[in-house]
Amino acid sequence: MSRAADVTARVLITLLAFTAIAILASICVFLVQSAMKSMGEVGLLSMLKGTSWYPTSDPAEFGFLPSELGSFWVTFVALLLSVPLGVAAAVYLSEFATPVVKEFGKTIVEFMAAVPSVVFGLIGLYIVVPLIKTSFHLDSGLTGMSAGLIVGIVCLPTIISISEDAMRSVPDDLRRGSLALGSTRWQTAVKIILPAASSGIFAAVMLGLGRAIGETMVVLMLAGNAGILPSSPFMAARTLTGTIAQETGEVMRGGLHYSALFTMGLVLFAWTFIINLFADAILDRQKKKWS
Amino acid sequence: MKVRNWIKMLGTVAATAALVFVLAGCGSAKGSGGATSQAESGTITIEGSDTMVNLAQAWAESYMGTNSGVAITVKGGGSGVGIASLVNGTVDYANASRAMKPEEITADKAAGHTPLETAVARDGIAVIVNSANSVKALSTDQLGKIYRGEIANWKDVGGKDAPIVLLGRDTSSGTYEFFNEAVVGKDAKYAKSMRNMQSSQAIVDEVKGNANAIGYVGMGYEEPAIAVLQVDGKAATVAAVKDGSYALSRDLYMYSNGAPTGAAKKYLDWILSAAGQKIVEQEGFVALAK
Repeated sequence: MSRAADVTARVLITLLAFTAIAILASICVFLVQSAMKSMGEVGLLSMLKGTSWYPTSDPAEFGFLPSELGSFWVTFVALLLSVPLGVAAAVYLSEFATPVVKEFGKTIVEFMAAVPSVVFGLIGLYIVVPLIKTSFHLDSGLTGMSAGLIVGIVCLPTIISISEDAMRSVPDDLRRGSLALGSTRWQTAVKIILPAASSGIFAAVMLGLGRAIGETMVVLMLAGNAGILPSSPFMAARTLTGTIAQETGEVMRGGLHYSALFTMGLVLFAWTFIINLFADAILDRQKKKWS
Repeated sequence: MKVRNWIKMLGTVAATAALVFVLAGCGSAKGSGGATSQAESGTITIEGSDTMVNLAQAWAESYMGTNSGVAITVKGGGSGVGIASLVNGTVDYANASRAMKPEEITADKAAGHTPLETAVARDGIAVIVNSANSVKALSTDQLGKIYRGEIANWKDVGGKDAPIVLLGRDTSSGTYEFFNEAVVGKDAKYAKSMRNMQSSQAIVDEVKGNANAIGYVGMGYEEPAIAVLQVDGKAATVAAVKDGSYALSRDLYMYSNGAPTGAAKKYLDWILSAAGQKIVEQEGFVALAK
């Protein structure tokens, strides 16, 4: 009786695991299928390098380099804000906070993670955008910087939670041993705990990066969506995600514009895939170093 | 033992591959969705122009108030979105602040429908600036140069020495397309520095807070906190739009697949009647000339 249940459970779990992989593979296939038309007629390279995005004009132009640069700047600013702040907060919560402060802090961080990003977008629109405009003397606060700051805040809870978990799972023996040998709490945290938890922290940063690249609503509201090539985050920026969201509603299924948007989606997918591969390789090296 | 394991693994992989092809095939075989039935006991779905969305909601609320058996859903998204949904057969009416393009008409016909255009109101496009801006009037030629990026500083049109912050809608907007044809030039393109905002309200909000911004919105969005420029010497008033003397006047349309029937037809008739047109004026647009 229990043997049959065992086998059934194993088969079911294997099937579910493969279904998850199948779904991911189908998404890939669907993306490539839909992007085929524009890759054939317009050319992938010309789209990646093109600087003009005028999909509804005659003749239509499908260059999305401005969107790529915009996504890059927003993600860059977001990570610049969220990684140092997030890891520092995690170190504090894990190593230095008293139990009461720790509980309180963790609850707030989890609550932040539950707030929909649109709400942060609204806060950004009415508070951050005018602030950026006056602090940096720009003509408009709708820039990659404003979007990046808010996206950073959106990624913060993810990075803090996962880094803190990684640090908490470092065995106490290491801490006690280090303190017994005469290090201060700060030296222990920075020289022993951080390196030991580094693979977990790295995973947290990768997750934050994925979140930042994929954030759509906030960048749509705050980044300005101008078709220029932004040479700094202080200029208005388009993003891959924002452009797809803005224009998907109005395209004719099967048309060239539709296909070009899917190519953008494919580029996003490829970026995330490459980042994950890279992250995996580094994690592998970390594991080998520490085991 | 080992052989059995191999068979199990191959079986699961084969099942997975089959699943992948079924899922991928599902996506492409679906094609255009089924058309909604227009006689569906009192449900009307309308989607499209962001310029018209407040007007469409006012119509819907007023009509549903006196006809409790009818449920009307109104969505924005832009004229392009509404027309695309009409072609895909998922809505009864598409609100549009521009005429359907030839390729959209072809796509609709290819999907087995014939689009029917009904003008339901008139609108003027108001060019707005911050109330602190000293410029009060511009010509269509100057506006064209500004929106093509050829003029980039307010001092070149009589204002102070400050860069012009260009605001516009995005490609799904009928207002974007109309402005492109009427001001920027049929074959010309908007300047790349123009910021694509999500909605007319987003443009109004940014103009309110930015002394150097310029934007274009439907007349219905005018507010006391922003100033409306005169275009070619004419102010954007109801009378000027009605007789067409304001340069940026246009018709607002509702498109349907073929002639509407049942509840949808009654609704359109009501919109064209005096009751519906009264709401047009209340919302800040211009009623159709009788």
